[in-house]
Amino acid sequence: MLDDFFNSIKSRIDYDNKSKPVKGKKNRKMAIPPDLLFKCPRCQELTFMDEFEKNQKVCIECNYHSRLSSKERINMIIDEGTFIEYDEYLSSKNPLNFPDYDKKIEQAKLTSSENDAVKTGEGEIFSKLSVIIIMESNFMMGSMGSVVGEKISRAFENAIEKKLSVVLFSASGGARMQEGIISLMQMAKTSAAVSKHNDAGLLYISVMTDPTTGGVTASFASLGDIIIAEPKILIGFAGRRVIEGTIKQKLPDDFQTAEFMLEHGFVDMIVDRVNMKNTLYNILDLHDFSEDTDEGKLNNE
Amino acid sequence: MNDLSSWAKINIIREKDRPTIKDYIHLMFDMYYEFHGDRYFGDDLAITGGIAKLDGMPVTIISNVKGKNIEENKQSNFGMAHPEGYRKALRLAKQAEKFKRPIICFIDTPGAFCGVEAEQRGQGEAIARNIMSFFNLKTPIISVVLGEGGSGGALALGVCDRLAMLENTVYSVISPRGCATILWKDPSKEKKAADIMKITAEDLISFKIADNIIKESFGGAHKDPEKTACNLKEYLNKTISELLEKDIETLLINRYNKFRKIGEFFEDKSSL
Repeated sequence: MLDDFFNSIKSRIDYDNKSKPVKGKKNRKMAIPPDLLFKCPRCQELTFMDEFEKNQKVCIECNYHSRLSSKERINMIIDEGTFIEYDEYLSSKNPLNFPDYDKKIEQAKLTSSENDAVKTGEGEIFSKLSVIIIMESNFMMGSMGSVVGEKISRAFENAIEKKLSVVLFSASGGARMQEGIISLMQMAKTSAAVSKHNDAGLLYISVMTDPTTGGVTASFASLGDIIIAEPKILIGFAGRRVIEGTIKQKLPDDFQTAEFMLEHGFVDMIVDRVNMKNTLYNILDLHDFSEDTDEGKLNNE
Repeated sequence: MNDLSSWAKINIIREKDRPTIKDYIHLMFDMYYEFHGDRYFGDDLAITGGIAKLDGMPVTIISNVKGKNIEENKQSNFGMAHPEGYRKALRLAKQAEKFKRPIICFIDTPGAFCGVEAEQRGQGEAIARNIMSFFNLKTPIISVVLGEGGSGGALALGVCDRLAMLENTVYSVISPRGCATILWKDPSKEKKAADIMKITAEDLISFKIADNIIKESFGGAHKDPEKTACNLKEYLNKTISELLEKDIETLLINRYNKFRKIGEFFEDKSSL
């Protein structure tokens, strides 16, 4: 069994890998390029990257739903060609003159190909038009500074104006420390916009994805009419290491997972990625009181 | 105001004699009935709340509680509330709304408590719920930072019509110690972090987040708590009557806009 696995790796390296093989005994085990295998951070199992990707980046062993870029998420959830992006050119200043923040932003722009840690816009989910907000964990761990706060607030305000539902995928380490107190205030600003949207009688579906923590958990992500989480992801307020430091003991593996939050009553449902689009469509449909609801109707899975 | 460094101010607010809400209450208010419990789980003594009289006017007070000795600190968990503390605050705030009492929130906390039970009972949800609900309360809200305003735990009492800070206080997204740990992996560099983070009352005025600075007695509030209480009381009286002149609709719109405009960013393509 193990032999098969290694042979299979070997054959893939021989035929798939176009980069030069690394020479020398010492580096031999490094000859497996990192993009060939996915190592699950939850169960530590290795799977082939192409199988993992075919499985929508969900761990085949333990069903951990790993992180997606906002572009991947859009491809998965939004009908092709229907996404219209809002405010894509908003980008961060350095209001505190915080050391190295400008450099960090430049770096994050390069690695993520995004201008900041959230993408907003409108698009159709099986022909149901909604405002879509997707956080980008590749950009400074999805942290919330002025740009994230402003784009999310504007997206909710747009939704109020157009009487649309909001579907928001959170993925964030929390507030962006480099913007100091201004980043903390984005929690208030976004929650106020959620509140207005709520007062207008409109639907807000919060989808928590890996990781949903800190100031994002303590603001808009926890304020959805319906809160959905992807399986096995991290959801919490305080960091695990901070808590372990406080109580001086190790926490169980399932602490602060989606399943933990479901058990304690803070998540409505856990939905697998493969069923996410259908589920969102059905919930949107249940809240759609307009006449033309037949268009784009889809069979239940 | 004063030109002490952030670090010097932090040292003043960490004075062990620094007055806490328990000292100020009887200096500012004619009577105070403390009410307990969130009605769901328990009573969190990290937050006190109830009805008081400010020069004859009934007001609702909600405050973080910091202790001055080990016993008090144990009881109030060093000012770090659990979810039930924030839920008690919200219950009392809604009660104030019903009876048309102005709300005065006093902020004095290093942050929300980080622990297993806090997570199990939804620390994030409790703070989020407070933040959102305070935007809709149809009564004036004033928040005053008495010492340290730390992170989401402070913001849970920080959505307001006017934010005032005592002269030497700080309000920040993360403690200087936490910031130093992340930046330089060295918590002892908190002094350096404190200066970078821009957390003083003057800084917050410059960001248009705080509205007013309230003078402390010379050398810090601990030198003369009565004088400081007198300044606090004067501010509260003046501000409440200002806010009561506005109709509720305007008040709520202004409250939304006060927070809505916070943030600095580039808008156009050319800045990329």
